[in-house]
Amino acid sequence: MEDAILARDLRKAYGKVQALDGLDLRVARGTIFGLLGPNGAGKSTTVKILTTLSRPDSGEARVAGVDVLAHPQRVRRAIGVVGQRPGSAEEATGRENLVLQGELYGITGGELKRRVGEVLERFDLREAADRPVRTYSGGMQRRLDVAMGLVHQPQVLFLDEPTTGLDPEVRAALWSEIERLARDEQMTILLTTHYLEEADRLASDLAIVDRGRVVAQGSPDALKSELQGDAVHVELAASEPAARIEAALARIGELTRVSVDGRFVHANATQGATAVPGVLAALESAGVKVASVSMARPSLDEVYLRHAGRRFEDADLKEAA
Amino acid sequence: MTAALRQTWQINLRYLRAFIRQPAWVAIALVQPIIWLLLFGALFKSVVDIPGFLGTSYIAFLTPGVAVMTAVMSAGWNGMGFIEDMRRGVLDRVLVTPLWRGALNAGSLLYAIITLALQVLIIVGIGLLAGASFKNGVAGVAVLVLVACLLGGSVAALSNGLALVAKQRETLIGAVTFVTLPITFLSFTFMQKSLVPHWVQSVARYNPVNWAVEAGRSATGAHTDWALVGSRIGFLVLLLLVSATIATRAFNAYQRSI
Repeated sequence: MEDAILARDLRKAYGKVQALDGLDLRVARGTIFGLLGPNGAGKSTTVKILTTLSRPDSGEARVAGVDVLAHPQRVRRAIGVVGQRPGSAEEATGRENLVLQGELYGITGGELKRRVGEVLERFDLREAADRPVRTYSGGMQRRLDVAMGLVHQPQVLFLDEPTTGLDPEVRAALWSEIERLARDEQMTILLTTHYLEEADRLASDLAIVDRGRVVAQGSPDALKSELQGDAVHVELAASEPAARIEAALARIGELTRVSVDGRFVHANATQGATAVPGVLAALESAGVKVASVSMARPSLDEVYLRHAGRRFEDADLKEAA
Repeated sequence: MTAALRQTWQINLRYLRAFIRQPAWVAIALVQPIIWLLLFGALFKSVVDIPGFLGTSYIAFLTPGVAVMTAVMSAGWNGMGFIEDMRRGVLDRVLVTPLWRGALNAGSLLYAIITLALQVLIIVGIGLLAGASFKNGVAGVAVLVLVACLLGGSVAALSNGLALVAKQRETLIGAVTFVTLPITFLSFTFMQKSLVPHWVQSVARYNPVNWAVEAGRSATGAHTDWALVGSRIGFLVLLLLVSATIATRAFNAYQRSI
């Protein structure tokens, strides 16, 4: 069966910033696919290109079997898009927004009325339907955005950071709804997120994006099990030359992939708990002061660190700043 | 084609609803031209006494001028809707639907023209109440509405174009404030042609505001010069076509920039 989304070697620069630097992507039909990466990794640019909003400098993409660059109008009919920003008209009511959205897809009359009623019901907006969107809470506005993306029953739904800025309860409710969509409607959903937890929970497959390229792709479990063993993180009291740390830790046999990033040392160990005492002893005998040490079961954070060479949070903060 | 028209109408409806739901906005749109008319009418009342001024009522002379001035001033702000939509993400959401691209501009212009036509009719009504009389009856007023809408539509299109390219509220505010007063005053809006300085007469010949003022005034006044009215309407239609083309180009530029 043909992939729902296929992107090959997408490149796009905004001025001197290379937003996409040869991005490849394959998304199977009927799955929730997570595009995970820190702010500025190129996730939104990818979504903009796949949804026909913007054109790549080079590369090709197919969505729902249609060439995005050659037939954007046909792609538009097949997709639903929920952007990062609200996208509903504030002064209009929820119902008016949904009706206008349907009209833009050429749905009219009784059919439109029926579908609007359905999505209002489904997203628990029936009571608020005839109030201006301005009066909605953040969670209600987000639900309306998703409802607007679904009113024309798309084959592929794009959700660009759907839960950013939502409080935890609203986020959890939206997660359940997204899971239900993929399960009951066989819809393909491409979701971008910079929440590791969200990707872990929702995505059956994910691609980790960093600096405009996909650095790893697979199911969350497969990506985690590739790491083999636990992660050990040591925070040093002061920056040390990498060579000195690496030399000190080289003798510990069960430690692999040691990397030093300023005051932070990351390594992998088959059994984290048994490796930690040895690590501390080795550092102490080398005269290196340790501020803290921690151990983690494999997580997507570790997967990101391994493939992107830096910690997810650091990358996220740095790009955001 | 029918889908395109339908979408244009829907986009226009959205703006009309937004307009009607803001009572303060409606009030300003109605009250402002009335103030212009009554204030300038009172201030320059004795203009009719200047030797060489043809006619006896300054209000009758001024009404078409204020109608056209309102067209420029209201339509100038039309691009604000696009800037607001860009900021909130509405524009990007609409652009990923299969809607006919032109419907966004066309719907927004239609909205500008409908509200403007109503404003002009109200101004004419106030003029009548203030004692002005217009020749050629309904036909004269219809010409005034037409030229005001053609000019207002052009200004609205240019405002949309600027909004799409600049994407900044401040730029649009600056441009509107900078442009509207001079182009209104470099015309025969407030003063008869033969009584303004020669250089203003020369500039006014190329000023679209003046085309609309001359046509509107000639059509509603005594001694109507239908040839002049026709030619000015022609100029304004051309202007509208050029402005709409610029707005469409600006849309393409916006889409390339995202």
